[in-house]
Amino acid sequence: MTKTAERRPIGKVAVRPVQAPPPAGDRRRRRLADQVRAYGFLLGGLICFALFSWYPAIRAVVIAFQKYTPGSPPEWVGTANFTRVWHDPEFSAAWRNTLTFTLLALLIGFAIPFVMALVLNELRHAKAFFRVVVYLPVMIPPVVSALLWKWFYDPGAGLANEALRFVHLPTSNWSNGADTALISLVIVATWANMGGTVLIYLAALQSIPGELYEAAELDGASLLQRIRHVTIPQTRFVILMLMLLQIIATMQIFTEPFVITGGGPENATVTVLYLIYKYAFLYNDFGGACALSVMLLVLLGAFSAVYLRLTRSGEEAA
Amino acid sequence: MSATRTLVSPAALARPRGKAIYWTVFTTVVLLFALAFLFPVYWMVTGALKSPDEIAQTPPSLVPKQWHLSGYTDAWDLMQLPEHLWNTVVQAAGAWAFQIVFCTAAAYALSKLKPAFGKVILGGILATLMVPAQALVVPKYLTVADLPFIHTSLLNDPLAIWLPAVANAFNLYLLKRFFDQLPRDVLEAAEMDGAGKLRTLWSIVLPMSRPVLGVVSIFALVAVWQDFLWPLMVFSDTGKQPISVALVQLSQNIQLTVLIAAMVIASIPMVALFLVFQRHIIAGISAGSTKG
Repeated sequence: MTKTAERRPIGKVAVRPVQAPPPAGDRRRRRLADQVRAYGFLLGGLICFALFSWYPAIRAVVIAFQKYTPGSPPEWVGTANFTRVWHDPEFSAAWRNTLTFTLLALLIGFAIPFVMALVLNELRHAKAFFRVVVYLPVMIPPVVSALLWKWFYDPGAGLANEALRFVHLPTSNWSNGADTALISLVIVATWANMGGTVLIYLAALQSIPGELYEAAELDGASLLQRIRHVTIPQTRFVILMLMLLQIIATMQIFTEPFVITGGGPENATVTVLYLIYKYAFLYNDFGGACALSVMLLVLLGAFSAVYLRLTRSGEEAA
Repeated sequence: MSATRTLVSPAALARPRGKAIYWTVFTTVVLLFALAFLFPVYWMVTGALKSPDEIAQTPPSLVPKQWHLSGYTDAWDLMQLPEHLWNTVVQAAGAWAFQIVFCTAAAYALSKLKPAFGKVILGGILATLMVPAQALVVPKYLTVADLPFIHTSLLNDPLAIWLPAVANAFNLYLLKRFFDQLPRDVLEAAEMDGAGKLRTLWSIVLPMSRPVLGVVSIFALVAVWQDFLWPLMVFSDTGKQPISVALVQLSQNIQLTVLIAAMVIASIPMVALFLVFQRHIIAGISAGSTKG
């Protein structure tokens, strides 16, 4: 810190040889003025980060060990919040659902955009059309897509069952059935969010040098072999990055279960974030909500750390 | 149409069999995309035009037998859409303005003004990227409900959207990295000419940063317009709620056609924004991937 601070004015003088070096007291005063000015620019952003990012993160951990009711002084309760939350029958349901959801979203929500991007990259016509259309659902407000699919899943005149009847398949309960509700929500989330994944993966595919495919073809590699030995290794970094982003995003899912199923039927779609919301706003139990938040935070923080590490090493390589 | 080589070789595509396969795949993809992404939107827009009887009938009609604009007009009047849309516009515009002013100033300071402990501050800001925003909504809510030191509540106030929006590490980092790349001598020349820091930021840095400001602006607007959980928490007062929250609250006891019409109206601003700026938005997303 001090080293760079001392070196700086000398460098400045060297760039502008016209100026005579100012006397020491003057220089110190100017340096202080520079700092005041720099912090003037920083202040607004700094206050907002302190208030709405750093302070809540610390507070989550503190309140997790307190009995907290707004308006009255908090009491320290040790790990009571954690044990109470742990023994809530909804707790295991929420974690099971969230993890299943994440897994399904990886299988469906990642495989489909992946194949779609592969195919789109081969098409030589209407490129702009495909990109716009695939990204259109992303721009529709999530609440609207959730309500839209809730209507599609309607057991009466819903479009989903109508489509099944059209191709002479047995109808389903979709989001209203305990065993189909979760997968129904995964379909909604995939539909609504895959545009981003497709576009990012498409960009990665375009950066693969064509000579690699040519060389592989000369070696007699078939289409599938070229995908396996050229496409996937060449985009491995982006694939991994997109997967982690997908995991981080789906583990925080809230809107779809809240709007479409209300966590039901029989807790089949309660997610961790939904449970946090319930603890805070239905049970008025902020200690429990924060204990849950801390658990989610630790898990997601680990995934995020891996993600950031990957992007940084990718940046250095590039 | 670039000549870059992809998975399938141009030679294979030129053969009659290759051509046939290409056009089959192409047609299939067009149909699939239309069915998967455009048809739901079509269904929503036309569903709102149907009569309440027609929308409940099975099998449903593909095209409304009669066009009823009453769904749209009822939604506009009965659901107080103008009020909720205005709330959303105020929240989004304010969040945008606050972000542009404070994030730009902070990014400029971190990039060019060398504040003491700048590295530590930047580290602290980047660390928030690791903490997924949604996991912290409850303590954030408690903070907004009772701000430290001044003990004011921002609940039911658009400031509850505007101020937390500034704490956007992603946008701030985007701006900072852009400012880092601006040539130093241009800024120094401005200072030699007697321009202050603010003057340099305003008339040199910002005009050079139009592309990144555009990206940040779109991100800021879309984020507020699409958000649901946070406004659901902070706006308990129905009259202050943005459109996303109001739609869900009102969806329980309103006629289906009216609700669907309201959904269409709620989607129009963002879809319009996308269609106007699609080139920039798509380029921004694609570029984001390679830059990380």
